[in-house]
Amino acid sequence: MRYVALFILSMVFWLLITFKFSAANIAAGAVASAITAAIFGRYYFYNVYKFLQPRRWVWFIVYLTTFIWACIKANFDVAYRVLHPAMPIRPGIVKVKTTLQSEFARTLLANSITMTPGTITVDIIGDEMYIHWIYIRSEDPAQYTRMVIGRFEEYIKKFAE
Amino acid sequence: MTSFLNILLYLQIALCAACLFRIIRGPTIPDRMVGIDIFGILVVGICGIISVQTDKAFILDIGIAWVILSFIGTLTLAKYLSGKKLNE
Amino acid sequence: MNDMAAIILISVGVLFNIFGCIGLIRLPDMYNRLQAATKCVTLGCCSILLGVLVHFGIGSAGFRALVAIPILFFTATVAAHALVRGAYHFGTKMDKRSVKDDYREAVK
Repeated sequence: MRYVALFILSMVFWLLITFKFSAANIAAGAVASAITAAIFGRYYFYNVYKFLQPRRWVWFIVYLTTFIWACIKANFDVAYRVLHPAMPIRPGIVKVKTTLQSEFARTLLANSITMTPGTITVDIIGDEMYIHWIYIRSEDPAQYTRMVIGRFEEYIKKFAE
Repeated sequence: MTSFLNILLYLQIALCAACLFRIIRGPTIPDRMVGIDIFGILVVGICGIISVQTDKAFILDIGIAWVILSFIGTLTLAKYLSGKKLNE
Repeated sequence: MNDMAAIILISVGVLFNIFGCIGLIRLPDMYNRLQAATKCVTLGCCSILLGVLVHFGIGSAGFRALVAIPILFFTATVAAHALVRGAYHFGTKMDKRSVKDDYREAVK
């Protein structure tokens, strides 16, 4: 089943890139997608049926809007720190506990943290994520966990797990 | 309009020169690698601006291929930094 | 009208790129440089590609620009993560102003 999912995904990708609907083009895309799915199919998508639940797609759109807003905020944050003459930075690496279990959800959370204001993921060991923060705003673990992860964790938990 | 796009294009190329400054000057090896990574992303912006300027779409294909190639290059450099074998 | 919107989006993108490159030159150590540069340059190039999408409209070229945006996001973030982890294992020193380092005990 997950070979079929990867096949459909790469076929859609091919059609979007080439955007020609002649028979020869579709046949070439099908061959290339089949080879891709046969080689890489066992690495992705442990449970394909999650794609078919509409509730998850709604939460995905909510997550996407939050993510884009955080991205734009991150840019103005960086611009403020860079253009300020005294450069208000207070960097350090903090440890944050996550409750997500699946690999895909953790990758997504790490990517979201990298694009949000002032943080970048260094490593994940077990349940703990190590995060480089450009301006540490508090010393209390519970408080900075909430500041770093924000609302991303609950949204990702709702659509990816 | 075309002249304004020209100015934007020259600005983007000047930013590439800033990356080159970091690559040449960087005090440590990871600094140079950051410069290489950012250089690879900036070239995609140059491809987009040129494709608007000349109204040709195939330059965007070059951009997509450039993203993936620069990603693989950066991953290889990072593996070298952490001292692992490439197939790990 | 379309051309105007495309020009504005591309200008905003180049402006973000300029902020990123100033950060790349000005900030003191490798981690901060990577942070500023990755965020600003990625969003700037995404903005430029959105401008390309507006210019060409919905069609062959527009969808190519649209496909390039998620590829750019995923590759840039994963490459930044790999670089910062490799640099820490390589032994790059953090800046003097750093206040905290939880990762040191975990690596040992």
